[in-house]
Amino acid sequence: MSAQAPEAAGKIAGGQVEDAPESCAPENPVEQFLRMDRMPHIWCPGCGIGTTVNSFARALLEAGLDLDRVAVVSGIGCSGRVAGYLRLDSFHTTHGRAIPFATGLKLANPGLTVVVYSGDGDLFAIGGNHIIHAARRNVDLKVICINNLVYGMTGGQVAPTTPGGAVTTTTPYGCYEPAFNLPALMDAAGAVYVARWTTYHVRQLTRSMIDVFKKKGFCFIEILSPCPTLYQRKNRMGDGLDAMKYYKEKSKIRHGAPTAEVALSKEGEIIVGKFVDRERPEYLELMRAQLSAQLGERYVETEHLVCS
Amino acid sequence: MPKGYVAINVERCKGCGFCVEFCPTHVLAMSSAFNSRGYHPPHVVNPEKCSGCDLCGMFCPDFAIYGWKVSQPSNGAKKDAAR
Amino acid sequence: MLHADPKGVLTGVHFLDGDHAACEGALAAGARFAAGYPITPSTEVVERFAARIPMVGGIFIQMEDELAASIAIAGAVWAGAKAFTVTSGPGFSLMMEHIGFAAMTETPCVFINVQRGGPSTGLPTLPAQADMMQARWGSHGDYEIIALCPNSPQECFDLTIRAFNLAEEFRVPVMLMMDECVGHMTEKVVIPPAEQIEIYPRRHTRRPPGDYQPFAAGPDLVPEMAHAGEGYRFHITGLTHDERGYPSMTVAAQDRLVKRLKAKITRAAERLACYEQQGVEDADVVVLSYGITSRVAQRAVELARARGAKVGRLRLITVWPFPTAQVRALARHVKAFVVPELNLGQIALEVERAAAGQAAVVQVPHAGGGVHDPEQILDAIMEVLK
Repeated sequence: MSAQAPEAAGKIAGGQVEDAPESCAPENPVEQFLRMDRMPHIWCPGCGIGTTVNSFARALLEAGLDLDRVAVVSGIGCSGRVAGYLRLDSFHTTHGRAIPFATGLKLANPGLTVVVYSGDGDLFAIGGNHIIHAARRNVDLKVICINNLVYGMTGGQVAPTTPGGAVTTTTPYGCYEPAFNLPALMDAAGAVYVARWTTYHVRQLTRSMIDVFKKKGFCFIEILSPCPTLYQRKNRMGDGLDAMKYYKEKSKIRHGAPTAEVALSKEGEIIVGKFVDRERPEYLELMRAQLSAQLGERYVETEHLVCS
Repeated sequence: MPKGYVAINVERCKGCGFCVEFCPTHVLAMSSAFNSRGYHPPHVVNPEKCSGCDLCGMFCPDFAIYGWKVSQPSNGAKKDAAR
Repeated sequence: MLHADPKGVLTGVHFLDGDHAACEGALAAGARFAAGYPITPSTEVVERFAARIPMVGGIFIQMEDELAASIAIAGAVWAGAKAFTVTSGPGFSLMMEHIGFAAMTETPCVFINVQRGGPSTGLPTLPAQADMMQARWGSHGDYEIIALCPNSPQECFDLTIRAFNLAEEFRVPVMLMMDECVGHMTEKVVIPPAEQIEIYPRRHTRRPPGDYQPFAAGPDLVPEMAHAGEGYRFHITGLTHDERGYPSMTVAAQDRLVKRLKAKITRAAERLACYEQQGVEDADVVVLSYGITSRVAQRAVELARARGAKVGRLRLITVWPFPTAQVRALARHVKAFVVPELNLGQIALEVERAAAGQAAVVQVPHAGGGVHDPEQILDAIMEVLK
């Protein structure tokens, strides 16, 4: 294969090559959501982040959202790079602070669908304080957390989700810190929707994403994803495909499972499913109710805070 | 006549093997060919078994493969004409 | 220029402290979103905003920490609002990353720092001016900001409006460097009718989607703004980026971007320079000061003049960018600058730099916690004149 621009290079269609209906081949449905001028992306072979983007793209399509009014906010890390590849209003903010940025964005324009797409370290270590408060407040954010059990971008350091015994660059003899159970944490903090899937569960993930687009309030989806280059390799767990096979084999779908029971371990069972789906008044509803009750006609309710 | 087809962008593929593994009807296999980056992309070995379910496309982390049903050529993708 | 939205303008003659006046300035300027975190001596600014904004139309949210507050305002700005946050020393330190983020992403917003004694927890209820260098250099990397320094509650009102206007004009974060004394001192504040208040509008692009680049700048080096939700589908990142906003981590892109961020402000330095001077034309000594210290300095200068000294005074209103040209020009004919500050010598270093050895620079430091005695400054003046 000679050096060709990747997008222009060889397409092989299914079927006998001569019969292949290339002329009526549709576009890859995910491409309309991508900044194709930035492909190829930086993620490693077998990394699951790109897989989650497929689910996200299909969810956007099926949910029928006005794409001009979907904004994606990410933090720093491999997962944080998703924002830069999506052809939506997107914001690659600072490490751990996607959620407060997203809070400001959403409160100033409630008409936006604001998705936070980031990683486990970004959201739960440095960002831990922010995510629990946003959940507590029930700010209408759709948080997609790609959990690869490690800090990928910086070379594979321990994360608050790293399972006990796992080797990382900063726990070279095995992790001895207890890990967070993310669904339990989000449940306790007040999230109205809590689900976990893995990158193997592509269809269920799309369904969950559609669920959260339609639901008001703080929604959280954890997606277990392989980090083949760092987590898998350092722990002699094979590559991305090996991780996917592990997910397939060891996942058990238990919708409604008590979140305290869904903790992960290094090689154990993975409980997936939709654990929490409840109703609570969303932040702006609470704010408006309180202020109008107290101020009556003096309260000036606003929607989009746009300056001239 | 197969019920579906698959399009593979050979250069974009990073040889992760997800599509081959998770195709429900084993349409694909890793080829021994290389793309310019040294990865083995998949190729179609059982085209008649393709249902166009697009699971391969949903799994692919590199947006290098997708499937479509013969009966629904648009496969839900809306071309954004203005962009 | 536009005029202020009357909904936010509390026209009238008031008796307000600096914190309260700053809040009114923000409202008059069109701020409709504020995020903050309680910290003495700044908290009253957001307390008043929280009380006022539901009746003006907008949102205040007390965030969980200053890191959150300082980036929530950026989110609100990109959604369309004018936004600000308020803090003091320890919070200012926490906000540094996001001041850098705002500078890098060219997010127009205002940071109010009501300075108190430091370092660390320091003197929470007492004044200082020891964050002045931090305002300029506190975040990592090369960037420029604008910093204004009020010396009265009236100026807290006026300069807050100017801060918002400059933020919009230059697509840059602007610091309003108050101090606890000015913040907690109560004086007459005249708020004019809305139609007499000039507001610099957001430089929103008129280009259609597809034709807009969030970091493509014209001759004044300031790119146009757009907001999320309008169909522009832009990307904003804190990574070094090109005109499209796409990460571009190369030496060439870094050179292009960071030099433009700097030149955007430095090229306008003379226009941005704002100061009050009196009696400098034939002065032997010029007392250069800012903020609350300028009021003590004024007394010292009067005392010195009463003794026949040829003393002028120069009060900085815009402290950053520093008015190098003005100070350099003065340095050619004055013997010395006397620089009293509520710190151990910060802006004095800038005066030294600008004077370039042509005039002596005499610091009158104060570790903070109170204001100078006029005699301290007077002594320094008389010492130089010997």
